[in-house]
Amino acid sequence: MKARLPWILFAIWVLALAATPWVASNYIVKIATFLAMYGAIALSWNFIGGFTGYPSFATAAFVGLGSYSGALLQNAGMFLPVAWLGGALIVAAFAAVIGLMILRMKGHYFAIGSIAIVEVLSQLASSWSGLTGGGEGLNVKFLPGGPDFIGRVFLYTMLVIMLLAFIATVLVDRGRLGFGLRCIQQNEDAADMVGIDVTRYKIYAFVLSAVFCGAIGAAYASWVAYISPTDSFSILLTLKAPVMVLLGGPGTVFGPVVGSALFVLMEETIWAKFLDYNQGVLGLVIVILIFFLPGGLLRVRFNRVRFKKRAA
Amino acid sequence: MSEVLLKVDHMSKAFGGVQAVKDVSFTLSEGEIVGLIGPNGAGKTTLVNLVTGVFPASSGSVVFRGTDVTQQRPFQAARRGIARTFQIVQPFPAMTVLENVSAGALFAGAAADRAQADAEAMAHLDFVGLAADALRPAAALTLPSRKRLELAKSLAMKPKVLLLDEVNAGLNTSEIDQALALIRAIAARGVTIILIEHLMKVVLSLSQRILVLHHGELISAGAPQEVVKDPRVIEAYLGSKFAERQKLREGTAK
Repeated sequence: MKARLPWILFAIWVLALAATPWVASNYIVKIATFLAMYGAIALSWNFIGGFTGYPSFATAAFVGLGSYSGALLQNAGMFLPVAWLGGALIVAAFAAVIGLMILRMKGHYFAIGSIAIVEVLSQLASSWSGLTGGGEGLNVKFLPGGPDFIGRVFLYTMLVIMLLAFIATVLVDRGRLGFGLRCIQQNEDAADMVGIDVTRYKIYAFVLSAVFCGAIGAAYASWVAYISPTDSFSILLTLKAPVMVLLGGPGTVFGPVVGSALFVLMEETIWAKFLDYNQGVLGLVIVILIFFLPGGLLRVRFNRVRFKKRAA
Repeated sequence: MSEVLLKVDHMSKAFGGVQAVKDVSFTLSEGEIVGLIGPNGAGKTTLVNLVTGVFPASSGSVVFRGTDVTQQRPFQAARRGIARTFQIVQPFPAMTVLENVSAGALFAGAAADRAQADAEAMAHLDFVGLAADALRPAAALTLPSRKRLELAKSLAMKPKVLLLDEVNAGLNTSEIDQALALIRAIAARGVTIILIEHLMKVVLSLSQRILVLHHGELISAGAPQEVVKDPRVIEAYLGSKFAERQKLREGTAK
């Protein structure tokens, strides 16, 4: 609201991603799709990890559950967008129930609890062979149409989900919910004393952090047409989400978008050259972030601006 | 006296084997200032925590304006009009002073939106003398200012009852005088106050009535001048030997 520049840059960014099928190769379109996908995932994590300050590692659980729910609904003959919406709603309901249980824990305990959800769902997916195909995975019906067409469908699907997550972020940021979540992030006991229904607010944040991941997972399953437990419930994905948000700036509106974009581009350009060590590089990025940029890239600039103002 | 605002009835709380509050009953009338005193560990803060729903009571009940609120959670207490300050101040450190107070006005007070909450918050900051610091982060305030911030935050919640848990602890003499004036000004607005305090100067000059807790039990209650002469109170504070001597001395004086 105060500065127009980030909004203009964001609009250009979205239009650029949307324009890729007309101006660039299928490889670039695929990267644009990933950029939108991870943008949505980072924006999602920001609700619980950034605004509320609860270090969630449940991202992969939401994406994985979304992909299985979406795939099963699609295989049951549902119209694609309906199957995706169904996947998102199932994940949202799941997050509400699980949130009620694990949001009683704080800090490290919450982090461990949320990782456990990923692991439990992964085990469930690999042992419930009758439903999920077990360790062999699950085939999803291919979309009719050529690769160009399919590439576009999924690019726009992911972009729409990212935009929805972004709009939700803006609304939360400006509204009562965001203010309450920030209070909880600062001091949960004081937030309770000041009249905030902390349990309810934390569950809202957790559900918001889940619902878009569910949609992403469902759409992803249709895109790749094959899902397996290890792929869908990837611990690496669960780590990437907070790293991307920390890179950009937790609790900010644009931070997750910036962080996820940088991360995906880094992954594509640099990491492809370190095939054997890419997880080591991820570790290094995490360490550097925590030591040098605890508030993320956006916060750095913000602090400098404030500093100048005070000096003047 | 006007009508009963808050009624605490046979309240007890045990933490495992430790009986922190034992069968405490008292009532608060509208507009009163009541002092709650007692040696360290007497259960004063636990009692505040029971009234505001931080802990569930082991037994007993709290009735606020005719409604049984024993089972309430802290945020519900805040919305009903039972506000408190913390012995160890609890600000939202990275938020501005204004936002801290605004949170109280928005979530527990009557403000309909952020703009109105900010306007109300500004008025409360003006009242406690923090208006100039409104846009600084709360973490940048000095201790006396943080105590004022706690007060402003509580006031923004439009409380009927305000439980002040050692708002004067850690302040120097002149700061205490300012705090006293502030508490009087709050009471003059019609807010009923429970004052937890170690400084007898403060308690005696403000309270209309004093409750004394010792080992979780209410050992004395009444007008300030009577309570300080109560031998049980003297014994609780200064030990049985001193109480004996005091009794003897009073005997010879008569």
